Amino acid sequence: MSLIDWFAARRKDQFVGKVSQDTDEGDGLWVKCSECSQVAYRKDLISNCNVCSNCGHHNRINSDERINIIADKNSFEEFDRSLSPTDPLGFKDRRSYADRIKESQAGTGLRDGVVTGICSVNSMPLALAVMDFRFMGGSMGSVVGEKITRIIERATLENFPILIVCASGGARMQEGMLSLMQMAKISGALKKHKEKNLLYMPLLTHPTTGGVTASFAMLGDLILAEPKALIGFAGRRVIEQTLREKLPDNFQTAEYLLAHGFVDVIVKRKDLKDTLTKILKIHGVKELAKTNI
Amino acid sequence: MAKRYLLDFEKPLVELEKQIEQIKELARDSEVDVSQQLLQLETLAARRREEIFKSLTPAQKIQVARHPQRPSTLDFVQMFCDDWIELHGDRNGGDDMALIGGIGSINNRPVLMLGHQKGRDTKENVVRNFGMAKPGGYRKALRLMQHANRFSLPILTFIDTPGAYAGLKAEEQGQGEAIARNLREMFGLKVPIVATVIGEGGSGGALGIGVADRLLMFEHSVYTVASPEACASILWRDAAKAPEAASALKITGKDLLKLGIIDEVLPEPSGGNNWAPLDAGNTLKEAIEKHLNALLQMPEEELIEERYKKFRVLGKFIEANNIEEIYSEIPQKTE
Ligand SMILES: [Zn+2]
Repeated sequence: MSLIDWFAARRKDQFVGKVSQDTDEGDGLWVKCSECSQVAYRKDLISNCNVCSNCGHHNRINSDERINIIADKNSFEEFDRSLSPTDPLGFKDRRSYADRIKESQAGTGLRDGVVTGICSVNSMPLALAVMDFRFMGGSMGSVVGEKITRIIERATLENFPILIVCASGGARMQEGMLSLMQMAKISGALKKHKEKNLLYMPLLTHPTTGGVTASFAMLGDLILAEPKALIGFAGRRVIEQTLREKLPDNFQTAEYLLAHGFVDVIVKRKDLKDTLTKILKIHGVKELAKTNI
Repeated sequence: MAKRYLLDFEKPLVELEKQIEQIKELARDSEVDVSQQLLQLETLAARRREEIFKSLTPAQKIQVARHPQRPSTLDFVQMFCDDWIELHGDRNGGDDMALIGGIGSINNRPVLMLGHQKGRDTKENVVRNFGMAKPGGYRKALRLMQHANRFSLPILTFIDTPGAYAGLKAEEQGQGEAIARNLREMFGLKVPIVATVIGEGGSGGALGIGVADRLLMFEHSVYTVASPEACASILWRDAAKAPEAASALKITGKDLLKLGIIDEVLPEPSGGNNWAPLDAGNTLKEAIEKHLNALLQMPEEELIEERYKKFRVLGKFIEANNIEEIYSEIPQKTE
């Protein structure tokens, strides 16, 4: 078995395995919702896009699952799979960065925290970058920055709209200032995309924070968010420490950001593809001939 | 001169300075000639200071960078130009005193200058919010930069902030959005931008005025993705490990020059910029002149393209189709 095949197989396994992590009810047939405690048949939960049928809680999903929801069947063509992180600073805290990378790679079958490519959405082309929170909390290092920049550049060149699904704890501290600079690099690429009057949408999912919020997550022509997703620049605890007062319960939720003018529309996961289709159509994105993708 | 604020690693100098003061006082009250002794002690003190400051650890550099008497944005502005006019307001209901800007000229060249502004004491810092700008500050900065763009004024930015302000109002008003917009829009400005980290470069709050054609840093300034304190409490689960984090994060000018992130490290007088602010001013003024002269030769499109490329190449990664070459041990371990 080649390593790529091994990764592919592993990723397929992860598809189902993930649910149990979020619902801590083991690997059985049944899963308990972490919000409302309703017990559901695992297969039903998965077929409902990992959204609780009782309370509507959106469980975290991985990049594969997200792509399957958005892309037309078999239309997703992945780019830049061959990019892997390195350890530019020789960083070691309680553990070495090199070990953390290996562990995350083995656990996810991914090389780093974002999957990029082009797909079709009801036959319309869409450049896609999907962050995967499983990989070191979706933190943004050089690989994440480079892959997102490349897909934006590709979309700019080929006049494609872009969707970036954000899920990130922020910058990857283990890469020091190189990770901060990815914020600028990606924003620069988005500038060129915007200047060609092409459409860019981030989809903010749980959680979208720190350096990602202070760059591409907030630069959308239209900004979409999943219900109840945590979205913010600074951490809640940091703010509580500075203010020494209690913050509103819905602070930094998608609904809170919507009320303050920083999100255009909150989209339920099961409506995501329909909503994207409508938006792309309204913005004049032409259907591709089937052979193009 | 006001009483100098001493950092803990400067304490070995305290005794010497006390002696120097005592001798000076003695000399004032008597006819004794102490010039020889004084010269000796002062030379010794200068040498000690130089030794200490030549081998500062990253954690010590942070202390220098945060020194309350370190020259601030407004100090440099004052040293650079006589015709400075500070401009206020984000045109959206506020004027952030932690991020200031205005117009003036340096050697007869009109420029826009803006930067974070810290206070020297608690009272000033209440007004300046310790140099932590709110969304309105970043929006004011963008407004001024777009103004400079229309009137062909080169932009000089001075970075000196622990970070963008973390607060309820700041979140409500879109701290992330304000910084993000600056990052994107600074890539489109047709005038040269020279940014200098004069003190503390704290994360996104620094970068929010830091997309530039040239990025300079003073010798004891630091620029970091996250404060070593925050980094230590997250990665080490122990805020007391901040000095270790400061070393690991590679935050000094020398480190960042090596990583290709900054263009030049500006030397500081022995003892740091707070010891000889005028020297620091001259150093920075000369550096800015040099870089502006080069940048003003470039056609607008080239300037913008070069700025893009400067950031485009940042990042270190491996690109190899065959992952076995790199991580050959992974399958054996886990299968
Ligand atoms: Zn539920």
